[in-house]
Amino acid sequence: MLLLIGALTIGLILALLALGVFISFRIFEFPDITADGSITLGAAIAAVLLVKHVNPVVATGLAAAAGAAAGSLTGVIHTRFHINRLLSGILMMTALYSINLRVMGKSNVPLLSEQTLASDAERAGIAVLRTASVNLFRWDVSTRDLSALVCALLVVTAVALVLYAFFRTDLGTAMQAAGDNQQMIRALGVNVENMIVLGLALSNGLVALAGALLAQYQGFADVQMGIGMVVWGLASIIIGESLVRTRQIGFLIVGAVMGSVLFRLLVAIALRGGLNPNDLKLITAAFVFAALVLPQLLARTTARSRRARDRRQDAAAEMA
Amino acid sequence: MTGPMLQISGIRKTFGPGTADEVRALRGVDLQIDEGSFVIVIGTNGSGKSTLLNAVAGTFPLDSGSILLDGTDITRWPEHKRARMIGRVFQNPFSGTAPTMSIAQNLALAARRGRPRRFGWALKRRLRDELRDRVGKLGMTLQDRLDQPIGTLSGGQRQALTLLMASWLRPKILLLDEHTAALDPKGADLVVRLSEETIARDRLTALMVTHSMSQAASLGDRLVMMHRGRVIHDFRGAEKQRLRADDLLARFEDVRRADRLDESAAAMLRRLYV
Repeated sequence: MLLLIGALTIGLILALLALGVFISFRIFEFPDITADGSITLGAAIAAVLLVKHVNPVVATGLAAAAGAAAGSLTGVIHTRFHINRLLSGILMMTALYSINLRVMGKSNVPLLSEQTLASDAERAGIAVLRTASVNLFRWDVSTRDLSALVCALLVVTAVALVLYAFFRTDLGTAMQAAGDNQQMIRALGVNVENMIVLGLALSNGLVALAGALLAQYQGFADVQMGIGMVVWGLASIIIGESLVRTRQIGFLIVGAVMGSVLFRLLVAIALRGGLNPNDLKLITAAFVFAALVLPQLLARTTARSRRARDRRQDAAAEMA
Repeated sequence: MTGPMLQISGIRKTFGPGTADEVRALRGVDLQIDEGSFVIVIGTNGSGKSTLLNAVAGTFPLDSGSILLDGTDITRWPEHKRARMIGRVFQNPFSGTAPTMSIAQNLALAARRGRPRRFGWALKRRLRDELRDRVGKLGMTLQDRLDQPIGTLSGGQRQALTLLMASWLRPKILLLDEHTAALDPKGADLVVRLSEETIARDRLTALMVTHSMSQAASLGDRLVMMHRGRVIHDFRGAEKQRLRADDLLARFEDVRRADRLDESAAAMLRRLYV
């Protein structure tokens, strides 16, 4: 049960990462690797501020803002200096590694005794439930874990709703169109370059928010925690897309959240079943590779069988 | 209003200068277009007719010359800034619409062409009603499918909607770049008819590039023929109305003959002097 609740909570927190990656990879088709650095940036800034007893909400907000700044820098590197998309992100990610070390001053900042959103959530949970553990489906669940889960759910729901609303505004539809058809939206008076900068800011803001929340939930920020996170987010999106099977943005947002939670659950089960944690990144990468390649293979085999069928029919028609 | 709606003065553009692929697309074009005029542009392949339209739209910076639209010098304006004053329909029916977005969303984007985009709802109820109304007038029964992704429609339907989008807010000038060339005959007829109706109804100033001699003869009140980056003929008024498709083909034949003559003259000069 503890495993399940922990996996759900982390899945929900990383859903914010998935939503960020969704904006860059899916809306803009911009393979933005910055996220590997900005998730750590969010964690680092939140952790350092929390150690200095800054209000957790303020610290989390500043962490997200720092991520947005990093994302917009990647956008500027690409649009103003015409650096290739992938390389812009790689440059930013590499630079962020040093920046994150500078921010933290060391490679790991523990948050065990600090006031964080997680400890606030626990206090609120105890105030509401008046007990340190709850009996849930005949399992003892600590109030701490339960309230963290509920809070993560609330935050993710709120972010998803705001994001959905955003993509129904004039600015949001223009952003979506800037990813869909640049020529068209330029002819309608939108500065596509500015849209890319704004989109990457939004994307990395969400990613850094995920990092800040993750650091508070797990009780530390670590300079290595961002490695492979973009691929993780992509895996979540791919699972989400196969769940919702539509291109409508509302469903895709819900799909990304569900995909993240589901993926985390699968990983938790695999780890429980004896998977070596060191193999996790390899398996994630292999999963994304398979998910990207399988549709191509399927399309090729169906096309081949269709051609074969057409040939048979042509032959039959000639015979007749 | 004083002065022409569009004033193009001595514009030049060479693509890839100094390379093996150097193309002198525009070699000094002067053109004045009066308000409310519907100008057809024809020309041989590579004559610079589409480049002329893109120069007005601002797709690339000019080498020299200037472009004034409604008295404003837009020569150095970026493409997205010019969009405030210009409506465009492209040759490729896929170029003018965002395929994964709905018909309604695409039109809503066009309803704010050149205006600031902030946090107001893109599809307000009032706009939705207007959308149904104006899409209904196209006569394609699309008004009941406004929430369908526009990518699911045919090329002709998409081009008709792009035309509606380009003219949703009255543009100072409407640029039509061979916008029926990629359509099947039925779709092309529909889009030509809608273009004519729109331009006449809203009394738009329009510049239309076409490959079709019959369109060139039957549409517009002025016809410009381009060749090798220059304007070589300019027919207006009664002279334009008298033009038939055969006359235009004859003019093209003249151009070709002159080209051949140039070539043989050059060959003769080479033989004599080189």
